[in-house]
Amino acid sequence: MGGQLGETVNELANRFNESQSDYRITPVYKGGYEDTLTATIAAFRAGEQPNIVQVFDAGAATIIGAEGAVIPVADLITEAGVDFNAEDYIPGVRFFYADSAGKMVGMPFNSSAPIMYYNTAALEEAGVEAPKTWEEFEAIAPALKEAGYVPLAQSHTPWIFTENFHSRHNIPFATNNNGFDGAQGTQILVNNDAIKTHFTKLKEWLDAGYYGYYGAGWGDNQAPFENGEVAIWLGSSGSFGGLKNSVDFDFSADVLPYWEAINPNPTASFIGGAALFAMSGKSDEENRAAAEFFKFLSSADVQAFWHKETGYVPITTAAYEQVKAEGYYDETPQAEVGITQLNLPTGDYSKGYRLGFYVQIRDVMNREYGRIFAGETDVETAFATIEEEGNRLLERFAQTSN
Amino acid sequence: MKKAQFSNPWLPYALLAPQMLIIAIFFLWPAAEAIRSSFYLEDPFFGNATFVGLQNYTDAFRASDYQRTAWFTALFVTLVSLLSLAIGLMLAVSADRVLRGQSSYKTLLMWVYAIAPPVAGLIGVMLFDQHIGPLVDFFALFGWEMRLGVNYWDTGIAIIIVSTWKQIPYNFIFFLSGLQSIPNSVKEAARIDCRSERRRFWTITFPLLAPTSFFLLILNITYAMFETFGTIDQMVKDQPGNSPVTLVYKVYRDGFRGNDLGGSAAQSVVLMVLVLILTIVQFRLIERRVHYN
Repeated sequence: MGGQLGETVNELANRFNESQSDYRITPVYKGGYEDTLTATIAAFRAGEQPNIVQVFDAGAATIIGAEGAVIPVADLITEAGVDFNAEDYIPGVRFFYADSAGKMVGMPFNSSAPIMYYNTAALEEAGVEAPKTWEEFEAIAPALKEAGYVPLAQSHTPWIFTENFHSRHNIPFATNNNGFDGAQGTQILVNNDAIKTHFTKLKEWLDAGYYGYYGAGWGDNQAPFENGEVAIWLGSSGSFGGLKNSVDFDFSADVLPYWEAINPNPTASFIGGAALFAMSGKSDEENRAAAEFFKFLSSADVQAFWHKETGYVPITTAAYEQVKAEGYYDETPQAEVGITQLNLPTGDYSKGYRLGFYVQIRDVMNREYGRIFAGETDVETAFATIEEEGNRLLERFAQTSN
Repeated sequence: MKKAQFSNPWLPYALLAPQMLIIAIFFLWPAAEAIRSSFYLEDPFFGNATFVGLQNYTDAFRASDYQRTAWFTALFVTLVSLLSLAIGLMLAVSADRVLRGQSSYKTLLMWVYAIAPPVAGLIGVMLFDQHIGPLVDFFALFGWEMRLGVNYWDTGIAIIIVSTWKQIPYNFIFFLSGLQSIPNSVKEAARIDCRSERRRFWTITFPLLAPTSFFLLILNITYAMFETFGTIDQMVKDQPGNSPVTLVYKVYRDGFRGNDLGGSAAQSVVLMVLVLILTIVQFRLIERRVHYN
């Protein structure tokens, strides 16, 4: 991770190195998530893989699907004789990087949830309350527009408005248990009425000036919120640390809105961000070091530090309780929103997804969404295209993993 | 004419060997490897490959955006090559005519060449930024609300402008040296025969520049096709979304970002064949009309 997050990672490594004298860990920055995965693959094929690698959510199927490339953390830690109990980890966090039996393969590291941030003054000026549902948003949008704001923006259409849309409404996203049961024959179920209704609405809101779309880049959509043009912005709980430093107005946060008409009992969202994986082909001694590092990372103190520093959610219940007991959430209630959302009741389809060639599938989504918002295509055609091309990519992926 | 002969028949081969070795290692082997992997689907970690015949090719062509990307690439390559050649030539002719301070003009015009494509892309991102870009503000004066990354053609135009700008100094340097190698006697003779400067340019200067132009044409097409992907990657900020990209960028995206090695290899073989055809056409059709001294 780069920037301020990179410095926090270095700080964690230093703390680990100072906490004991048997092992030393050296963090290396390899660029963004995709670059890191590609570099890892190249290193693995050359037999020079690192002990631990950070892989992001959309790359999970690639690394978990390559059986034998990584040692599941549950096995790594138990074999090293270090205490491990999967129950210590928060459910919303635990399952995303686990196999279909629930065994943890990756160690969740920077886990985030998509949440809603809003400019408090903007909402007050318009005389409205933060919306809990999209129905409520639709009702307050004209007032926000009247007050001179773009009511809504968001930074990651595939993650927030697609994957987590399904999770929040407990709608299946793919066959084979959202892909967790294996790549063979998995098909994407994105072409459904619920999400098509949502995008039809988004396009209406865009045309009416209730929604601002600033492209597929994260920062382009966050910037107008930061400079006070946009009233409500959907981003990552991990954005909190950065926002705190970059804006000079009061903002607050709440869980992601849902459509009451689609599901009156909304479920949890699943995590985004990335996890750490222990690569295979290393000596027992080094594996023990990796296990010790994972144990160190999961400790309540370290998690509390990481959570408060970055805004990523704590991954263990103990860490969450500790931060809560310190009274941190009384001062900064925004920091609790991500974890509240992950702790909402789960449903059959709210644990996430495991889909191959998912980076390309997200590209297809981003392209089609861009075309919907630019008026180049209609919602019906766009989702049919995403379904067709997504399924072809999944089929190709299944062919690579047999 | 005296004919030079090597006494040892193996010596010429030995002298050629290093060059051939370089070609074999850096060009032939990767090309063969690309062709081989274009027929396989491979798991990225272990390289377990399954033979799939032509499936990688058919899948690539069936993707709904392949055709759109191909069309944009054709347009992009044509516009970037022609614009940067034309502007480079225009600037070279003007700089050649300047009598005082010629070297400062030249240095200033060549400056941009030192910028790497991704840096050019970054500068482009700043100039065309939706929220704070000065060029966006400028175009807004004419009622054009330019939105990089949202509107397909706005992004396309911005990418074309930055890629062209980056290539102009390269063409400028070659055209200028080409102009300066035209003998003064020829220019003087032309000046006596013809008063129209424009006519002198098109009938004397331009034909004498033909070898340079031909060489530059090939290099510009290669540049626009292959070297601009760093610029494009920066300008779409790593998230192409609905933005126009070139075929090479797609190869990069699928192979390096998506870890689809077979699909990416198939697309690069298609490009290889395309460039091969283009080069043959250029040498067969255009070079015939070029006169070397």
